[in-house]
Amino acid sequence: MPIIEVDKLTKIFGKNTKHARKLLDEGKSKEAILKETGNTVGVNQASFSVEPGEVFVIMGLSGSGKSTLVRLINRLIEPTSGSIYIDGEDLSKMDKPALRQVRREKLSMVFQKFGLFPHRTILQNAEYGLEIQNIPKEERENKAKQALELVGLGDYIHQYPGQLSGGMQQRVGLARALANDPKVLLMDEAFSALDPLIRKEMQDELLDLQTSMQKTIIFITHDLDEALRLGDRIALMKDGSIVQIGTPEEILVQPANDYVEKFVEDVDRSKVLTAQHIMKRPETINVEKHGPRVALERMREEGLSSIFVIDSKKNLKGYITAEDASDARKKDIKDLQQIIRTDMPKVEKDTALHDIFTIIHDSPVPVTVVEEGKLVGIIVRGSVIAALAGDSEVNLENA
Amino acid sequence: MLNSLLDFAPRIPIAEGTEWLTDKITDVFSFLFDPINKYFGNFMDFVADDVLMAIPPFIFILIIAVIAFFVSGKKFGLATFSIVGLWLIYNQGHWDNLMNTVTLVLLASILSVIIGVPIGILMSKSKTANGIITPILDFMQTMPAFVYLIPAVAFFGIGMVPGVFASLIFATPPTVRFTNLGIRQVSEELVEAADAFGSTGAQKLFKVELPMAKSTIMAGINQTVMLALSMVVIASMIGAPGLGREVLSSLQRAQVGTGFVAGLGIVILAIIIDRITQSMNKKKD
Repeated sequence: MPIIEVDKLTKIFGKNTKHARKLLDEGKSKEAILKETGNTVGVNQASFSVEPGEVFVIMGLSGSGKSTLVRLINRLIEPTSGSIYIDGEDLSKMDKPALRQVRREKLSMVFQKFGLFPHRTILQNAEYGLEIQNIPKEERENKAKQALELVGLGDYIHQYPGQLSGGMQQRVGLARALANDPKVLLMDEAFSALDPLIRKEMQDELLDLQTSMQKTIIFITHDLDEALRLGDRIALMKDGSIVQIGTPEEILVQPANDYVEKFVEDVDRSKVLTAQHIMKRPETINVEKHGPRVALERMREEGLSSIFVIDSKKNLKGYITAEDASDARKKDIKDLQQIIRTDMPKVEKDTALHDIFTIIHDSPVPVTVVEEGKLVGIIVRGSVIAALAGDSEVNLENA
Repeated sequence: MLNSLLDFAPRIPIAEGTEWLTDKITDVFSFLFDPINKYFGNFMDFVADDVLMAIPPFIFILIIAVIAFFVSGKKFGLATFSIVGLWLIYNQGHWDNLMNTVTLVLLASILSVIIGVPIGILMSKSKTANGIITPILDFMQTMPAFVYLIPAVAFFGIGMVPGVFASLIFATPPTVRFTNLGIRQVSEELVEAADAFGSTGAQKLFKVELPMAKSTIMAGINQTVMLALSMVVIASMIGAPGLGREVLSSLQRAQVGTGFVAGLGIVILAIIIDRITQSMNKKKD
């Protein structure tokens, strides 16, 4: 069951939104509505659901409504219409005390400019969420300290935010959100204010933390690379509407429309695509059944200069070259074992294309893709180049 | 001829109306004003005569000097000035007057803050309140301060209490304005952060907004104290005792010398209060 479900969530800014809502239902564009009514459409009927433990990225350029959308989820901005279900409860219909309870227990937020209280120490900042729940001082300090340890700031608890660098401040922001032990983290452009190196470091750390914590994270960003790195799924927004929702690969390889296609045009595909997207079905012979003669014949049929060898359980044994095979036939060697070479490169299914470049460059034979010792595919130079060129024959079915 | 166009209506009796209203208020609320006048007046006399004047001048000067020393970050400048300045007032035989003035300023300021800060908070939270109160504040500050003396006398007779009343009207606006401004200036993201973690309105106000607005509010309070001090001379016209009364009587008798000495006392007091309240603000930053 999804932990968060957003149903036709709409926000129209301005007074008297009735008329604008009607126009929106008629399918008028954001611009047309602004012209006619003076109302700005912030978010237009956004619907999606997020599974527990998922990192769901909402991405869009500035003005696309992504920050509004995340604030609608915890009702920092009141929705004009639509519903937000958290654990099956409709947040949009809750009264203030119930909403406060949800914010305290289930949702925490991390802000773009950190949103730290400058008059409070790091520890006091981290314990804020617990303090307002009137949790005893000792208990909340312990929890806050644990959260600060988790983000590597255990030694700074008595400093003030102003004394820390940007990256460290955002760690405090993260610790403050984690101290509540919420189910869902809302991260609004959390790393956008950091410089690129620190940003990458924080992304890595978030991913590390995520593997151990398994929180549900809704992450807002305008940075496509960040979205592709962090997101299990990505929702792409334009003019307040969600244009496409999908895994990073789906967004890249099967863009829903021209806008998405243009958006992802400049992406470094080598960082997103992995071995499984570009591998091909390998030609193999079975070491237990076949000899050099069959091997040679297969190679001739397929026009190959080498062929991979497996056993009956599909375990990869190695490869043999055409040269060795014909030598063996001349010398009347029957057993393939004697001519098998094993210096072929191996990669895992999820090895990034980026990391395959050097491997494939130095290798005389195709790169093998191996899963638990079994050969699942091979990668030839041609398919690497095709994938980089944006060839849509990249197969998602393998994924 | 054209002027006759302006005579389309008879004179509107604003003055009569105001007088009528003041009389009415005096009548209706006398049950309130009389005890206030009596008890608050007694309290002020108590503060001036039995507390402040009971402290030996030497001790008083020492206390002020120590406070000045510590709030100014352990520097001797302000402390030295306080000692010399206060001694000078003592030397000129104005110590009792000084104590009366301090009482007036102190109580007027404290009451201004007690009344002004909550009103400022209300204004920052409510657009309607902001819309209604802002013009009233403008009115209070631009109306010549002398005018407040008239209803003050009507309500409270003469003496220290109407002095405080007039000072209150004149001196409260800065505290209200700065409180309002300070809270509105708290960054959007911090307010959002407070909300996002599930703060109640009161928690947000006391844990985030007021601490963040503190230095702005303190600047407003500093202004309020200064304005209260500036009312000292004016309030003496309705019988408030203190340095102001000396200035006024010198004016009536054309005694330049005594007038200058009493005026100098006010200046010294002003500088000491101003520097001390300002340094308190800076220290907290």
